[in-house]
Amino acid sequence: MSAKTMTFAAAIGDALRIEMKLDPRVFVAGEDVGGYGGIFGVTKGLLEEFGPERVKDTPISESAIMGLSLGSALMGLRPVPEIMFGDFLTVCFDYLTNQAPKVRFMAGGQIKKLPLVIRTTTGGWIRAAGQHSQSLEGWFTQVPGLKVVMPAFPADAKGLMTAALRDNNPVLFLEHKILYGTEGPVPEGEYVVPLGKAEVKRAGKDVTVVASAVMVHKALKAAEMLAGDGADIEVIDLRTLSPLDVGTIAESVKKTHRAVVVQEAPKMAGTNAQVIAAMMEHAFDYLDAPIKQVAALNTIIPFSPPLEDQVLPDEDKIVAAVREVMAK
Amino acid sequence: MELTEKKLVEVYRTMVVIRKFESSLAEAVAAGVLPGFVHLGVGQEGVMAGVAYALEPDDWVSSTHREHGMLIARGADLGRCRAEIFGKATGYCKGKGGSMHLAVIDKHCTGCNGILGPSQTIANGIAFALKYNQTKNVSVVMFGDGAAERGEFHEAMNLAAIWKLPTLFCCVNNQYGISLSSKLSSAVEDIAARGVGYGIPGLVVDGNDVMAVHEAISEAAKRARAGEGPSLVELKTSRQRGHFEGDPESYRAPGEKDDILRNDPIKRFEVDLLDKKILKQGQVEPLWASAEADLQAAIRFADESPYPTFEEAMTDLLYTEVVA
Repeated sequence: MSAKTMTFAAAIGDALRIEMKLDPRVFVAGEDVGGYGGIFGVTKGLLEEFGPERVKDTPISESAIMGLSLGSALMGLRPVPEIMFGDFLTVCFDYLTNQAPKVRFMAGGQIKKLPLVIRTTTGGWIRAAGQHSQSLEGWFTQVPGLKVVMPAFPADAKGLMTAALRDNNPVLFLEHKILYGTEGPVPEGEYVVPLGKAEVKRAGKDVTVVASAVMVHKALKAAEMLAGDGADIEVIDLRTLSPLDVGTIAESVKKTHRAVVVQEAPKMAGTNAQVIAAMMEHAFDYLDAPIKQVAALNTIIPFSPPLEDQVLPDEDKIVAAVREVMAK
Repeated sequence: MELTEKKLVEVYRTMVVIRKFESSLAEAVAAGVLPGFVHLGVGQEGVMAGVAYALEPDDWVSSTHREHGMLIARGADLGRCRAEIFGKATGYCKGKGGSMHLAVIDKHCTGCNGILGPSQTIANGIAFALKYNQTKNVSVVMFGDGAAERGEFHEAMNLAAIWKLPTLFCCVNNQYGISLSSKLSSAVEDIAARGVGYGIPGLVVDGNDVMAVHEAISEAAKRARAGEGPSLVELKTSRQRGHFEGDPESYRAPGEKDDILRNDPIKRFEVDLLDKKILKQGQVEPLWASAEADLQAAIRFADESPYPTFEEAMTDLLYTEVVA
């Protein structure tokens, strides 16, 4: 398969374009997704290519967007709503937790499929303070019936988006805002990365570092910094947070015997806790040191850039945590 | 949609069946054999039958938590409805939804939503798909005066209006959101008056006059089928029982219940049909008896049905096949 260099944003747009061409049931809806091309440019060009019936600009009505999507998915369409910032999921939380994931179960399987990919943005470092910078993925991993995806690289973003669009369940697709401009090789044409599979992005034998989205990049940087110490770090990119790929996590820990888990979200609860639980349940006997976690401080993201940088986790904090588990 | 005389008698019988079905649930709650929250539609049969008989089989309906009867009026099987309400495996939702989430998809009834509000926006999604697929069908959403105060009322109606979706917003105003009088939850007398704010028709209808309901919904549906967009239809009615079974109804004024019973939609329709000689006096009793026989068969079916097996707690969660 030939690849071409693409940004993270363009890779997602490419997946959307290809699936919209293949499947007339796929449509996108959201605030400024049409002529404006999405506030981060992901849906750019879709209106021109597919027309206003399939690329719907909506009013600032997140509940209406989600209800529209849920109802049309129930009827067999394959909606892709965009919620501009992940922080705004809070104003349509009901649809992501109480509604979409429960449709199939509560109707006793009378409704077989609910294909619905909710695209939203996540994460910090855009200097937008406490209501545009959060990492809320942990909340949604607690919802049975909802899949949660959070890619780190352009190729994975395309492949996972394609998989999400072909899945028949509600999928929350989290796109990190500072990754949009990052570039990488992306396979051309149809490209699928299966949901629910983590990937080892850097093989190593001394310590397992588990992360997702921006934290994968920070972990890889930390691994390079530690290579100078002679430490050989394995970095796992979760890619899908729910369902969690427990197998890949446990296999790595059985090999390295030490682990650091990293999330951009505040330390209290979240993905780290679940990854650590998976290690304890499936690889406890192999651990030679207590697991360390790196996360944001338990506070609200401040606007002031130096403060934001100190609140969020970085490669130095990952390096320190790795050194700590290696010292035990 | 014009109804033949035969059809009018069928509408009347449907209202009787709903009354009997609901009343039997009241007895079951009182006897302590029906668990959970049960909200009965006794007194609102005119709304349910009036709406249901104005629709085509391929139209969709989302109903309220007080509308088992809507599903019955749309042709759902009484036994499977009863089984669902009692948590049995043979229920429409295999006992996993219960009274508050009874859905009958093959009759195009998404049933009730446990949260007030979302059904209004979800109905738009159904309407959007009906339009997207170039059908002439409509999506009807029933919601109470209580749910008219959710933000979703605004978001849904605005979106439906700007996109001219074939959504019929039917506000069943039974005067109370649990205990709070609608006079204390809305500053306007008629919720339908809000239609002006969305640039859509807002109609006020006597919900206890089944034929008035039928006519209003038929007109609104006709408009939607012609691509002219949504309507807001307010159906004024009253419930003859509490919000849920066991509600002491301490919020009612003295004599209020007597007025409500005097305005019974079944009795009113019966008198009307007798006056017009569409129904003969001698037909009434046998018709009630045959409705009772249907109910007894449904009760037997539900009673004899097993509870779901444990595996059901873990099935229907995720669809495992990937289908493009």
